[in-house]
Amino acid sequence: MTPQATRMMGMGAVGHALGAAITATGRATLGAARALRDSSAWTPHLLPQMRRLGADSVPIALFLAVFTGIVLALLADYIFTGAVPMYFVGTLVTKAVMMELGPVLTGMALAGRVGANVAAELGTMRVTEQVDALETLSYNPYSYLVVPRVLAATLMFPLITALAVALGVVAGWLTAVNTLDLTSLEFVKGAQLFYRAKDVWYGLVKAASFGGAVALIGALIGLRTRGGAQGVGRAATRAVVFGCMAILVLDAFWAVVLL
Amino acid sequence: MIRFEAVEKRFGRNEVLRGLDLEVPAGQTTVIIGRSGSGKSVLLKHIVGLLKPDRGRVLVDGLAVHELAPDELTRLRGRIGYVFQFAALLDSLTVGDNVRLGLRRRGLPEDEIEARVQGCLELVGLAGQVERLPAELSGGMRKRAGIARALALRPDYILFDEPTTGLDPVTTASMDALMLQSRRQFGATCVIVSHDMASVFAVADRIAMLHDGRIRQAGTPEQIRESDDAVVRGFIEGRAEEAAA
Repeated sequence: MTPQATRMMGMGAVGHALGAAITATGRATLGAARALRDSSAWTPHLLPQMRRLGADSVPIALFLAVFTGIVLALLADYIFTGAVPMYFVGTLVTKAVMMELGPVLTGMALAGRVGANVAAELGTMRVTEQVDALETLSYNPYSYLVVPRVLAATLMFPLITALAVALGVVAGWLTAVNTLDLTSLEFVKGAQLFYRAKDVWYGLVKAASFGGAVALIGALIGLRTRGGAQGVGRAATRAVVFGCMAILVLDAFWAVVLL
Repeated sequence: MIRFEAVEKRFGRNEVLRGLDLEVPAGQTTVIIGRSGSGKSVLLKHIVGLLKPDRGRVLVDGLAVHELAPDELTRLRGRIGYVFQFAALLDSLTVGDNVRLGLRRRGLPEDEIEARVQGCLELVGLAGQVERLPAELSGGMRKRAGIARALALRPDYILFDEPTTGLDPVTTASMDALMLQSRRQFGATCVIVSHDMASVFAVADRIAMLHDGRIRQAGTPEQIRESDDAVVRGFIEGRAEEAAA
């Protein structure tokens, strides 16, 4: 085969793959629009899912936030000693918790809890034919199962993150004033020094996108489950792994787009 | 009427249906028999569009199921009740809510929904179990709840997937009576997938044997009972070598 023919074949394959990707994206978009439009199927499940995926996840998020705040304050002291004024501990703790560690660590923790939960639940429903049963009862499984979970996670992740951020900052402040040579006033001065409103909404926008991605990935993997208990276990594991990967990719995406 | 026209279906290398032709007459009970893994449930799932044929067509009242738009398929599914092998009740919902599920989808008034739920659960002998969760029921009770869920829709077609598998003889007999009663009471066309021959002869107007991805023989229970086809005879008499031929 000539190099030119090989190149043409390669271009053909790329074109084919691109066409397939565009078709798949188009179908997924149409499917999502159809699922969202069918609001009578998903609205009754939105609040229960917000409680189950959101409110029930608060303790683990707060637990993480407390220790993140403590470690950040101690780490800042270790880095800054002798080189930078100590009130910068307040700057580092608030900025890092609000913009990065709060959303990302909360997202990671919830990727484990929410992603695995959604994938295992929907996976079990798939292998026990409950999803098929929904279809035979004229329900679109995406409307009934996926939409309420994705919306619930998208709405609840920012709320949980806001709580986690608040507690993380408080934990950092208490650690700073109790163990470091720093007063509350100095900590607040540092926190206010480079504060911008964007610091808050940037973290919350990220958290919302993490919630949507984690729940969507869990749901899609769950609905594609095959093979009984082993399949459900595999689905839960994959949902956590892909959920965490999605969080890191989205984190980088928002940094490029919004910073 | 339901018609299969040269339907082919494979899963990977496993060719399950190989040009299957079958007619299910309206208003009758047709039982599909065949060995485990012969593709009986696969055949059933094609009727409601849970599976699409690789080749051929499945027609329900003249509509090619896999060619329907999503809204048309939803309308067709509203006319078909499906009783799953293991009931497939939504385990997060009570028995009553499982039966209500399809009715709410149809937008029926609440009082009519409640009347139908009570009526159908009484019919299957589960009147006192409305608030129980599926996990709290026995296998037989779950299957009966699945039948109630299908009957509540008052469908034109009812599909039963292995309705008596795993049940004791007494529960099997009550399940047979329930299938006959549901046909008499609702006048639906029934398609039953089973390999429980005593149950098959008790409920069938027609029997079709699925073997090697095709219908080996179809006919009345008498014709099947007197069949001189070695595979059919082997199956109904439970002789392994001939049934596998």
